[in-house]
Amino acid sequence: MNKKESVIHFIHGLFKNRKISCDELVKNYIKKINDSKLNAYVKICEQNAQKTAQIVDEKIKNNEEFSPLEGIPMVLKDNISTSGIETTCCSKILKGYVPIYDATAWTILKNQNSVLLGKANCDEFAMGSTNETSCYGSVLNPHDLGRVPGGSSGGCAAAVAGNIAVFGLGSDTGGSVRQPAAFCGIVGLKPTYGAVSRYGLIAYGSSLDQIGPMAPTVTDVSIIFDNIAGHDEKDGTTNVNFISNTQKHLKDDIKGLKIGIPREYFDGIDKDIKVAIENSIKLYQKNGAEVEYFDLPEIKHAVPAYYILVCAEASSNLARFDGIRYGSKIEFYKDINEMICKTRSEGFGREVQRRILLGAYVLSSGFREAYYKKAQKLREMIANAFDRAFEKYDVLITPVAPTTAFPLNFTGNDPIKIYAADICTCPINVAGNPAISVPCGCDSAGLPIGMQIVGKRFGEAKILNVAHQYEILTDFSNYKELETGVKL
Amino acid sequence: MKYGMVLGLETHVELSTKTKIFCGCKNDFGGAPNSHCCPICLGHPGTLPKLNKKVLEYAIMAGLATNCEINLTSKIDRKNYVYPDLPKAYQNSQFYSPICKNGYLTLTGGKKIRIKQIHIEEDAGKLIHKNDGLYIDYNRGGVPLIEIVTHPDFESTDEVREYIEKLQLIMRYIGVSNCKMEEGAFRCDVNISVKPLDSNVLGTRTEIKNMNSITFITKAINFEFERQSAILAGGGEVQQETLRFIEQTGKTESMRNKEDAHDYRYFADPDFAKIVKTSQEIEEIKSKIPELPDSKLERYINSGIPEKDALIIIKYKKVSDFFDNSCKMLKNPKIISNFIIGQIFSTLENESKKEEFNVKITPKNLNELAKFVEDGKINMNIAKKTLIKMLETGNSAVEIIPPENLVEITSQELENICKKVILENPKAVEDHKKNKPNAVKSLIGGVMKATSGRANAQESEKILLKIISES
Repeated sequence: MNKKESVIHFIHGLFKNRKISCDELVKNYIKKINDSKLNAYVKICEQNAQKTAQIVDEKIKNNEEFSPLEGIPMVLKDNISTSGIETTCCSKILKGYVPIYDATAWTILKNQNSVLLGKANCDEFAMGSTNETSCYGSVLNPHDLGRVPGGSSGGCAAAVAGNIAVFGLGSDTGGSVRQPAAFCGIVGLKPTYGAVSRYGLIAYGSSLDQIGPMAPTVTDVSIIFDNIAGHDEKDGTTNVNFISNTQKHLKDDIKGLKIGIPREYFDGIDKDIKVAIENSIKLYQKNGAEVEYFDLPEIKHAVPAYYILVCAEASSNLARFDGIRYGSKIEFYKDINEMICKTRSEGFGREVQRRILLGAYVLSSGFREAYYKKAQKLREMIANAFDRAFEKYDVLITPVAPTTAFPLNFTGNDPIKIYAADICTCPINVAGNPAISVPCGCDSAGLPIGMQIVGKRFGEAKILNVAHQYEILTDFSNYKELETGVKL
Repeated sequence: MKYGMVLGLETHVELSTKTKIFCGCKNDFGGAPNSHCCPICLGHPGTLPKLNKKVLEYAIMAGLATNCEINLTSKIDRKNYVYPDLPKAYQNSQFYSPICKNGYLTLTGGKKIRIKQIHIEEDAGKLIHKNDGLYIDYNRGGVPLIEIVTHPDFESTDEVREYIEKLQLIMRYIGVSNCKMEEGAFRCDVNISVKPLDSNVLGTRTEIKNMNSITFITKAINFEFERQSAILAGGGEVQQETLRFIEQTGKTESMRNKEDAHDYRYFADPDFAKIVKTSQEIEEIKSKIPELPDSKLERYINSGIPEKDALIIIKYKKVSDFFDNSCKMLKNPKIISNFIIGQIFSTLENESKKEEFNVKITPKNLNELAKFVEDGKINMNIAKKTLIKMLETGNSAVEIIPPENLVEITSQELENICKKVILENPKAVEDHKKNKPNAVKSLIGGVMKATSGRANAQESEKILLKIISES
């Protein structure tokens, strides 16, 4: 079993051949998490993890069939609901909140005995691109401890890149899986809107949110995605007919593949990133793909449209956090109004408050037409532009972000600067298409660069295929050597 | 100056689906506080609503039964406001594209009350104020509602009353709600403005919220009419505001004025796919709608039932169905309506018992009994006594009446019996000849006795008089 192709298959092989027990592997991971300085975890589930490991070991001992995801140590972003395990969205307001039900994506993995090591740090309510809005403090980038891992799924990305989890489930509303994956040199998939159930994902922008797998290799992402994707009765926005079988297509030939390169995507991009992506494009060409540059001017409207829509939805989604039914509330108050006001003022961080206010503003009567309505029109226009592009091309290739990982505290308190950095990723959420981030080299400082491959709606099989073919032609995986504790 | 009132109604009707609108929790009135709740109707973080298909079907039925157009595509919106009884801090409703629009109800006299729209939405929980603090019961949270909005077409409390009663009746007929006002299953907001009788310009309106009794609605309207009229007569201006009616004082009281009116920041809820219905699906739902009260009333009157009685029969869906099933193959359905309004209703002491119509007798048995009367096998007197026994025991007429008494008396037999009675009662015959009024009655009594009451009294009288006059 080739570790570089799939860490999940590799570990599965180790279990099968009794090279290591699940219990031992989990113990190693827990020890590494405890020793880690990354601040990737906000909660460690040692007991639960060991219990699951024992179940898996028992099955192996009895020579029972077990699936590839069984016994694999993994992490969930802290905005994915886990029954009996505190889920805070890394916000003070949800401290102490323990869900009484499981998110559908987690139920699927739980049923396969995947081992939940803990909950991953993230930006508060997934609002941020640096992981610095978390109430637990920033996560550090394993490639440079002076830099951020990206966000909002920064904890998952750092944990996978630092090998203190084999894979993670993050969430992507405007780039929150792909950008940290790029900053940390791992693979991250933002599925088509409606491909993976959102049930149990604590909502930020409901029309944009998707849970996405983050893992060392494309094959790993493919295995996880095939498992978690598909219709869920509990989420009326999931596609009733979608059944994912991306693993089957990973090895498909890319000869004759039509790749479109939107020119606008290269404005204002760091030179090293530009070069890395262009080199990757050449590599595809060399291997039989047809490449064409084209104009996609609509994406210049994507950032403002995205922030209006996502804040509008967030202002409504986050209104329920009032301290009455769950989470934390302030101790002293005169009446219920003061209780709610103070709880929210003290419970939400600055960035979250900013987005709630912005969202309430763009929806309020008198301003709705000028902002929210207009943003919806832009959304339609952007989605149509992508549809037109996919009439000509099988996939689009772009950078994931204009820069590599920022230094800590780099963006300070300049929200516009940080919002603008979503330019490569957020148009995809606005349009609802799937996109994957794969490592494609490093900049002059040695920091990982990500390449974004965008597909047709529900065209995950194609983009994973294209990404996997790239991966086997190159070796830019920055995944740390797997320390199993046994000599192989 | 004389003033007139202009009224519009927004009626909330709780739908009697088995489960709530977005989750699998029981939709039941009462129950221990917070016993019909789950993460979804409690709005726990990360949960998503799933629209109950029955709710949509019921709303469409309500629309069809009130002459509405059905929108083939509609959406569910979020109405954002913060209140402790609303766990998501928004109510799912339909603001931009309601499921039904442009309907009407016709009042007696032919006046049409136009219905602007009917939309679906969820109910909120209930706040319970106690001495030691505020409690919340979320059992009602997520109970499905339809809101039926009229144009400002009412001009009197009588029209409002008739509309409400009619609307309740229709909703009960189509089976979408029990409409129990005392349980809050049928609640009204009234928009009211006042204008000089000779003017066509509408005045500033106020809205009286959430009333669940026709008496209170009437009182509130009258109070508000007087209040607004007095303001106008004094040269003042009515303020646009939202009011509540205080039952103890019989007065309205301000909840909020125009300045602090809510901005609900409506937007289409991204958690729902667009609702799409085909014309064929609408036709299928249409076929489930039973005959409505107006049509029944007309049919009953045409079949010879007095209007007063017909109105009583149609007032209860189950009664009218029972009536229809009991009338099969009868020439004179009035026998049945008399049985129902007389003997049967006397065993059902209140409105809700009549509504439930839990009786031991079947339509088939009642039909049989009526047929015996119609065929002259028994007279009305016996029939009524038999019916009372039937209601007590659940037995059929043949099980109660001795079989020999159920043989039809031929006219020859009846004549022979009459002759015999005359021969045996010469005194009565004499008395009759002296024009003593009760003489014939005693002879008829004799005939009845001889036939165990089977003889038809009028028929007997005719024959008796004929024999006496011919002798």
